[in-house]
Amino acid sequence: MTRKKKVTATVISQKQIGEQIYDLWLETKLAKNAHPGQFVGVYPRGESTLLPRPISICEADKAKNRLRLVYRVAGKGTAEFSACKAGDQLGLLGVLGNGFPVDKAKGKRVFLMGGGIGIPPMLELAKAMDEKKQILLGYRNKDLFLEEDLAKYGDVYVATEDGSVGTKGNVMDIIKAYALHADLIMACGPMPMLRAIKKYAAENGIEAYISLEERMACGVGACLGCVCRTTQEDAHSHVHNARICTEGPVFEAGEVDI
Amino acid sequence: MNTEVKIAGVTFKNPVMTASGTFGSGMEYGDFVDLNRLGAVVTKGVANVPWEGNPTPRVAEVYGGMLNAIGLQNPGIDVFMERDIPFLQKYDTNVIVNVCGKTVEDYLEVVERLSDAPVSMLEINVSCPNVKEGAIAFGQKADSLYDITSQIKKKAKQPVIMKLSPNVTDITEMARAAEAAGADALSMINTITGMKIDIHRKKFVLANKTGGMSGPAIKPVAVRMVYQTAQAVKIPIIGMGGIASGEDAVEFLLAGASAVAVGAMNFVNPCATVEVLEGIEAYMRQYDIENVTELIGAVE
Repeated sequence: MTRKKKVTATVISQKQIGEQIYDLWLETKLAKNAHPGQFVGVYPRGESTLLPRPISICEADKAKNRLRLVYRVAGKGTAEFSACKAGDQLGLLGVLGNGFPVDKAKGKRVFLMGGGIGIPPMLELAKAMDEKKQILLGYRNKDLFLEEDLAKYGDVYVATEDGSVGTKGNVMDIIKAYALHADLIMACGPMPMLRAIKKYAAENGIEAYISLEERMACGVGACLGCVCRTTQEDAHSHVHNARICTEGPVFEAGEVDI
Repeated sequence: MNTEVKIAGVTFKNPVMTASGTFGSGMEYGDFVDLNRLGAVVTKGVANVPWEGNPTPRVAEVYGGMLNAIGLQNPGIDVFMERDIPFLQKYDTNVIVNVCGKTVEDYLEVVERLSDAPVSMLEINVSCPNVKEGAIAFGQKADSLYDITSQIKKKAKQPVIMKLSPNVTDITEMARAAEAAGADALSMINTITGMKIDIHRKKFVLANKTGGMSGPAIKPVAVRMVYQTAQAVKIPIIGMGGIASGEDAVEFLLAGASAVAVGAMNFVNPCATVEVLEGIEAYMRQYDIENVTELIGAVE
């Protein structure tokens, strides 16, 4: 495993690309070792907001040492990040977590499924995978983001909850609407979506990998804050509670009890 | 410059330790900290059997700190003996094992299992606010604290540190009870019970509703309690509560602590322990202090 580091990154650019959604490019050597599905901890600078915010890696430009983070403003820390301008500095902890098992896709028909703020990690994953991909994206409304970036790497299907664009409903409704098939699923999104994918994958005998999220403190496996129930004994505490920051965030769907 | 301190006959190369539960058994911080530089690694609490801990969410940020309600998830003493102790043995640092339990017998079982282990001291967790049975129940009444301390002292082969809870009316009463029962040292403070409510969802942020607060915001409370306790007992105190820098650590030493532990700040800055040590050394150079022990209780 790559050595984790605490570094200072420089903001290259930032723009708002949706309602409360921001697109941030940072210059940092952490990009060199970033794997799809991994994340970084981003430090707020305020003295009262202490903990690093876990944010998934959307793209990593290894040649130029650049990381792209697409995140939603959810509180004080992310609100502070959204005000960052080119040249500003941000503390980063990374790279963290296991990432998606990209090699499993070899020779398979793949679904990449992203819901809401679970969409960003699908971009680096799509780039890393040579196989033909069906990319299923779920949004709340017509306020889409990253769908054009993703279209460069596969066939993009969109669902919106209000039906304003694409299929009305969620990513599962896309599968039905277009009668799509896959041998492998990789997904990130809200818990109800991941539960539906886990069920669908089990019923259809499809291998599925899902990326989970939980409130986190240390990000490196020490505090045991961000655990998830597992079907087998976990590697660390042997109590069916795996650490999302360390054994995850990506789990084989059958491994976790969600 | 001499940073060595002695607590209950155990020599520490410097007074900087890790606070239990914030550093695992050190493995997770291997990329950031050379464990050989620490005075001691104080492990995450270990019980006689594995504990699952509480449901999530287990952590929440609050102003200047955080709440946690992990609930002492741990693999139990068997895995700990096979994995964590051999790992820690590779380093030139003291190992202090934090022991937790639901009943006195649970604690005694762990203490006995550790009797021949290469462990410098035991820290007895009678102050975790996040589990329903045991733990804090032993640390909030002077007579139960006296009882568990004396029972552990009868069995323990290593010096015993009792970790005190700040969630009491008078911490010096608890400190005196532990001292009278034979405790070799005290560590303080454990977390302060707190609560956070999500006003938009009208729900508790933590699944456990309450959690233990730690971080820089609790430091003044901890310094005050260390000072009061140092006036009340003769046994050494390991001070902790929001330590983020060498200056913070010096404050605890001046208040009467013989050593300090870095807790929640490990989560904020994974290199915090070593930076605290370097900060203490810088302070000693600045004020021309030869022995770090000169600082202990030196507030005027």
